[in-house]
Parts: sequence; C-alpha cells; structure tokens
Amino acid sequence: MIPATTAAEDLAFGLIHVVGLPALTEAAGAPLSPDDIAAIVAEADRFAREKVAPGWQEADRHGAVYENGAVRTPPHYPALYRDWIAGGWQSLPAPAAVHGVAVGGQGLPGALWNAVQELVLAADTSFALGPLLTAGAIDLLCHHATPRQAAAWLPPMIAARWSGAMCLTEPQAGSDLGALRARAVTRGDGSYAVTGQKIFITWGEQDCSENTLYLVLARLPDAPAGTRGISLFGAPKFLPDGRRNGIRCGGIERKMGIHASPTCVMLFEEAEAELVGEPHRGLAAMFAMMNNARLAVGVQGVAHGARALALAEAYAAQRVQFGVPIARMPDVARMLAEMRATTLAGRLLALEASAAGDRARLLGDAAAAARLALLTPVVKAWCTERGVENASLGIQVHGGMGFVEDTGAAQVLRDARIAPIYEGTNGIQAIDLVSRKLARDEGAAMRALLAEARGLDARLDAALDGLARATEAMLAAQARDANEAQAGAAAYLDAAGWVLGGWMLARARAADAARYGALAEFYLRRLLPRAAARCAEAEEGRAVLALLAG
Amino acid sequence: MKLLVPVKRVVDYNVKVRVKSDGTGVETANVKMSMNPFDEIAVEEAVRLKEKGVASEIVAVSIGVAAAAEQIRTALAMGADRGILVEHDGALEPLAVAKILKAVVAKEQPQLVILGKQAIDDDMNATGQMLAALLGWPQGTFASRLEIADGKATVTREVDGGLETVELRLPAIVTTDLRLNEPRYASLPNIMKARKKPIETLKPADLGVDPSPRLTVLKVEEPPKRQAGKKVASVQELVDKLRNEAKVI
Ligand SMILES: Cc1cc2nc3c(=O)[nH]c(=O)nc-3n(C[C@H](O)[C@H](O)[C@H](O)COP(=O)(O)OP(=O)(O)OC[C@H]3O[C@@H](n4cnc5c(N)ncnc54)[C@H](O)[C@@H]3O)c2cc1C
Ligand SMILES: Cc1cc2nc3c(=O)[nH]c(=O)nc-3n(C[C@H](O)[C@H](O)[C@H](O)COP(=O)(O)OP(=O)(O)OC[C@H]3O[C@@H](n4cnc5c(N)ncnc54)[C@H](O)[C@@H]3O)c2cc1C
Repeated sequence: MIPATTAAEDLAFGLIHVVGLPALTEAAGAPLSPDDIAAIVAEADRFAREKVAPGWQEADRHGAVYENGAVRTPPHYPALYRDWIAGGWQSLPAPAAVHGVAVGGQGLPGALWNAVQELVLAADTSFALGPLLTAGAIDLLCHHATPRQAAAWLPPMIAARWSGAMCLTEPQAGSDLGALRARAVTRGDGSYAVTGQKIFITWGEQDCSENTLYLVLARLPDAPAGTRGISLFGAPKFLPDGRRNGIRCGGIERKMGIHASPTCVMLFEEAEAELVGEPHRGLAAMFAMMNNARLAVGVQGVAHGARALALAEAYAAQRVQFGVPIARMPDVARMLAEMRATTLAGRLLALEASAAGDRARLLGDAAAAARLALLTPVVKAWCTERGVENASLGIQVHGGMGFVEDTGAAQVLRDARIAPIYEGTNGIQAIDLVSRKLARDEGAAMRALLAEARGLDARLDAALDGLARATEAMLAAQARDANEAQAGAAAYLDAAGWVLGGWMLARARAADAARYGALAEFYLRRLLPRAAARCAEAEEGRAVLALLAG
Repeated sequence: MKLLVPVKRVVDYNVKVRVKSDGTGVETANVKMSMNPFDEIAVEEAVRLKEKGVASEIVAVSIGVAAAAEQIRTALAMGADRGILVEHDGALEPLAVAKILKAVVAKEQPQLVILGKQAIDDDMNATGQMLAALLGWPQGTFASRLEIADGKATVTREVDGGLETVELRLPAIVTTDLRLNEPRYASLPNIMKARKKPIETLKPADLGVDPSPRLTVLKVEEPPKRQAGKKVASVQELVDKLRNEAKVI
C-alpha cells in the first residue's frame, strides 16, 4: 500500500527534504526552519481548503457576468477576496523594500510561494488566477519600476488591495507578439497616452480589487517593427485623483473552463500611462519575469492533478462494484497510482525549478540561473500536459458519474485545459527548450543536469543515457535545420519531463523510503519507460517535415 | 489582566480516525495533527478580549509531545503573546493535565483560563471542570457568550434546556462551546511575527506533577457498522416494528 499523504504534506516534505529550502535560506542569511515552512504551508492549506474550495462549483456555475462594461464575479468572490487581503498571502514573495522604499513584502522564497499557489489553485483555479497575475505584475515592477512608481504602485498591490493585469495579447498577436499594434504617444508631461485593443486579459475587469494596474505592451511612434519596438507601460484603472482612466472592458469570453475568471477584451482609449523600464525594451522586461509566470502555470497543472486525485480517491474508496470498492480493482489502482506519481513528480520538479530561481536570486548562483531557464519550459509544458491527462483519468475513475457535472471531476478537466495554451503555448515552450535553452550553451546546462541526476537508480541512469543521446540529436538537428529541431521539440520536452520526474521521485525515495518508496518504484517501473518512446519520436523530426514539403 | 489558554494537539478533524490494529488506541503515526477546534475558539476569544483592551497578555500552554510546539505557534500566530510547552511523551489523562495546569496557573497567576469544552480525540469533557475544582475557582462551562467587567465574568452557557447565564468572580475557568465565536485564520504576516515570540519548555517534574495514568485502557475498537435501513409499507408496520423490534415505544 502507498501511504496516503495530502498535497500540503508533500509540499512541505518537498521543500524541506527534497529541494533543501532550510539550508538555502540559511545560506542566504534569512533562515527558515522546517517548522516555519510546515507552519506556513499548513496555514495556506487551511485557507485554501476551508475558505476557497467550498465555493468552487458554485463559482463555475455562476461564472463571470458582463453587463454594460462592468464584470460581476460569482457572489462570494468579493468577500473571499477580502479574506485573501486579510490573510496577507500576496506579500509572501515580494521584497520588503524596493529602491529603499518600504513596500510591505515578506521577502520569502519563490519555492514557498509556488507551494502556496498550488494549494489555492487546486481549491479554485478561477479565483487563484487573480492573485497569480498580480504576483507576476509585482515581480515585474520590482525589477523595472522607478522609485516613484514603486512607491505609488507596489504597496497597494503587495497588500492585494490593487490587482495587476498583464495586457500582451491582441487579435493578430498571440504567440507572435512582434505583430502587436497598440500605440503610445507622449503627452508632453512625461506621461503617455495608450490606445489599442487587448484581448484575453485575465481578471482585466472585476468587482474584487479596489483598483487595477494594467501592464500594457504598446509601440512608441519611432519604434522599429517587430519585437524590438515594443515598450511597456503601467496604467491604473482609477487615476490618483479618482477619475476613471480611458480603459474599459468591451466584453468577456464564453469559455470551456475557468468560468469565474473573467477573460476580457480591454479597450485602451488614450489611457494615461507611464513608461515602465526603457523605451523599446518592453518585451525584454516582460520576458525577465516570464520564468516565474510560466512556472506558475506549470504549478496549475500540478494543482489540477492534485484536485482530480483527491476527488477520484474519495470516490473510488466508497464506490462498490462486483462487491468491493473499485479502489481495490487493479485497473483503478493503476489509474490512481499514475495520477499520484505524475502529480508528485510534477510538484517536486516545479519546486526544484523555483528553488533554483531562489538560489540564483539570493545567492547569485549563475549555474542555478541556467538551471531555472532550462527547467522552466519543461515544468510549464510537462506539468500542464499531466494536469490535463490526470483530470481525464480522474473522470475515468468516476465512471459515468465523472461525465456528470455534480462530482466536480468534469470541472477539473475543463479548468485544466487552458494551462497548456496560455503564457506561451506548450508548442512554444518546446521550441524555447530546444532552439534557445539547449542551443545557446550547446547543451552545457542540460549535460550538467543529466550528470547530477545520475547514481540514484540504475533504471533512471539508463533513461538519462537515452535523454543524453536525444539531446545530442536535437543539437545536431538544430545545427542542420531549425525546422527539424522544432518538429521534434515537443517529444523531446516530454521525454525530459518523464526522466526528470523520475529523478525527483528517486530523490523523494532517498529522503524517506517508507513514505515514497512504493510510489517511486511504481514510476520507475511503469512510467519511466515512456521516456524512451518519446526520445525516439524526438529524433524523427524529419518525418514531420516530409509532410510539410508535400 | 493575564489570560491562560491551553491548546491540545489532536488528530485533524478532517482525518478519518483509525483504530490501531492491536486495539491499544488510535493511529497517530503519519497522521495530520492540528489544534483541537474548541481550543481554537478559546484562543480566538482570548485574542478578542485583548483587542478590546480587557486582557493585556495571553499565554498559550500545551502539554504533550515536543511537536505540540506547532500548536502553540498556531496560537501565537492567531495573537497569543507567548507559549509554554510542558513536554511529556506518554499518555495523558484529564486529571494529570489539570494538575499540570494548576501548577502553571500558580506560576503565571492569570485571572482567567479559557479552555475548550472537550478535545475531539477523546471527547473527555473533564479538564476544565477538574482544573476549577483543584484551584477552587468558579467555572462557566460550554460558553456561547463571554463578557468581562468589574472583576466578573458573565458567561452564557449552552445547556440541555436552552441558555443559562452565570456570573463568576475572577479568577475563573471558562470552557468554550462551538457557537462562542468563529476563529480567525492566521495571516502570513502574523505567522512570521509568531516566530519571534518566546516558547518556554518545561517537564511535568519541573512543576512537581506526576502525570502517570490512573486508569487502564482495556481495549479500543471501531464503533459497530450501521445496518442498512428497512422500508416499511404502512404506518401500522412502522408502529409495530418500533414496538416489537426496536422496543422504543
Ligand atoms: C483563458 C485565457 C486567458 C488568457 N489570459 C491572458 C492575459 O491575462 N494576458 C494576455 O496578454 N494574454 C492572455 N491570454 C492569451 C494567451 O496567452 C494566448 O492565447 C496564447 O499566447 C496563444 O496565442 P493565440 O491564442 O493567439 O494562439 P496562436 O498564436 O494563434 O497559436 C495557435 C497554435 O499555433 C501554434 N503556434 C503559433 N506560433 C507557432 C510557432 N512559431 N511554432 C510552432 N507553433 C506555433 C501554437 O502553439 C498553437 O498551438 C489568455 C488566453 C486565454 C484563452
Ligand atoms: C452520458 C451517459 C449516457 C449513458 N447512457 C446509457 C444508456 O443509454 N443505457 C444504459 O444502460 N446505461 C447508460 N449509461 C451508463 C454507462 O454505460 C455506465 O456509466 C458505464 O457502464 C460505467 O458504469 P458506472 O458509471 O457505474 O461506473 P463504474 O462501474 O462504477 O466504474 C467506475 C470505474 O471503475 C472501474 N471498474 C469497475 N469495475 C471494474 C473492474 N472489475 N475492474 C477494473 N475496473 C473496474 C471502471 O472502469 C471505471 O473506471 C450512460 C452513462 C452516461 C454518463
């Protein structure tokens, strides 16, 4: 039998015993003890389970409602959002001060924030997306805001009284942001007027936060074409004198899932805005925080697996067919074990990536920065693919009741399906991994990672050898023909995910064999072999190109 | 005015409790543990009294394994000022806990001790009453409302027949019922502040108390499984079954 644990306990275990957060924070001079970490995770878990989770189906049924330019979220959201503010959770990863100005952050590690996010996302993804986008905006402003902007915008955002919205996408500019057209002209007083249409803006308009700061990508009049001519602007919904800025919501989308998260068309009509960072350097600024935002979406995949698993385990324990609870049937046990194993693997891999980010930021560790860059696309794409797959398995465990909305199993799948798409589609992640992250150092960071993972388990070592060969093949393909590398990239990324997931479970087993040994063994015997098939596929990019040529 | 709030580490209320296979007790290894929910209500009430300016200091005390420091930290994050952990590994009966608390009261001199009316693990409903008896203090148990003024506590109690209001001279003992308040969630900034609040660790022997059990547990077993219900065809049949099978009328 695999000992039952909850997401919160696994997160605390992962932070403390697998990625070594106590030692990392000690080295950085602000030590967090195992007890501190466990206490923070446990309280976040309580908030997520007792406050956020109970309304998640009601939120889905009600959805966000658009009326005359205003958006009403589900009736319990405004009060829940006040509870979120009172909990002070938004302040977790933000610094205490920026440019010497106190902004109210707790300055805690990104890996701990990752854990808190997973718990809240699993409780109600639609709700959690608001604070998640705000965290992304805070992160960006901490790096690029002027002292005056930081003083004006960061304290209310870190207190969660203001939310943040990220405005990149336009109808003709999705994956290809170089095609965006929103314009900004100077108003002569140092500020700018932004005009344009943005679509798909998460939490762009809602009735929870008292103000919203929009971070908008737009072009200055003298801007070069393409991605090098994009600047970043900050514009509040309500201006300091209380006037409504020239920003309105033109409508919201009807979607497959995350019904309660308003996905807004935002119209900027000479909106008063300030330049954030350097002119024409907006996309670079945006990409600087992309790692965090992409990891956060990977964490969504883990959260969906965790929610699907919790529902499926409870159902399988009490549903009797053929005289026994179905949890005891070999094929149902198989499904539950796959869900448990891939969810835990993804959870630990996401913690590993964010801990690398912490090592890079807190200790100035350049190798850790390269590790974070390499792992980010893997976490984003592999974890969200597993999230969708596990949500589907969760339905399967429920049989016919999984297809019926009442159980919530169907909602998990509907909510999970967006994660492989936004914040850079998984196709774009794969290209990022192969054509940028591998190519830019000719595989050095990947080779270092594969070498480090060796020696825990013979089966894992064999899979690492296979991935090492596929890595050389991808580098050779990239040198020959970038299209060939791109055609193999998704399979290569998936292979890397399966192998690195095995590495994380082998590390969990090494830390506590009684607790994780059986699950790690299941993964290494049953799931890790998938990596070999994906490596073989990755090396056949030319089979796709043959079809394109025809 | 100083308040003492005892907090107990128990199996989390969400966990399905399992009896150990050898029948000696309840499985607690690898099980999620939390603060007894009635004690959370006690901490909340104390913090509200402090916020109203009635109380000046709140001391949270836990008696049990070293890990019970976690429950003290929770109380500190909710707003208690400092903690005392009386560390003891073995079984603890209400009388032993009451004796230890009596010694802590002698050391701390609080004006009011607020306890949960019972712990959700053993449902004893005894510690508060025993402590009141040992101290010779007045007690207001099952409180659903508490008011402090002029050296007196006015306690509204939930009793079988409805609500009873009693007035107690301080110092006194109050035990909490579910409807007294809704405990707050600890905020992240308060969790961080709680790390710096002191926790003093003692042993029962330091307080001159011998906590060894006075009772012997013979056996712990699961409650009998509920039988499936039966459908009856008529009121007559129902009355007949109530009279002759269930023998309740
Ligand atoms: C619910 C929701 C919320 C969103 N929230 C926000 C938000 O808050 N802010 C914001 O700015 N945007 C947001 N978006 C937009 C989201 O980021 C985009 O949908 C995403 O970037 C994909 O762009 P697209 O939809 O235009 O798809 P397209 O770019 O048209 O892509 C279609 C397909 O083509 C593939 N493709 C495109 N280019 C390439 C290439 N070069 N190589 C290989 N394959 C390629 C993609 O992988 C994809 O499979 C949101 C979208 C949704 C649905
Ligand atoms: C939209 C819809 C339309 C339907 N239409 C009809 C209809 O027209 N007529 C009709 O009669 N029925 C209909 N059904 C019922 C459908 O055929 C059943 O839902 C299906 O057979 C599964 O049964 P179940 O839902 O009771 O799941 P369960 O039997 O409880 O199965 C739950 C899970 O346990 C697994 N499981 C069960 N037993 C075993 C075992 N021995 N070994 C391994 N795994 C096991 C299953 O594979 C599944 O994953 C419909 C259902 C739906 C949702």
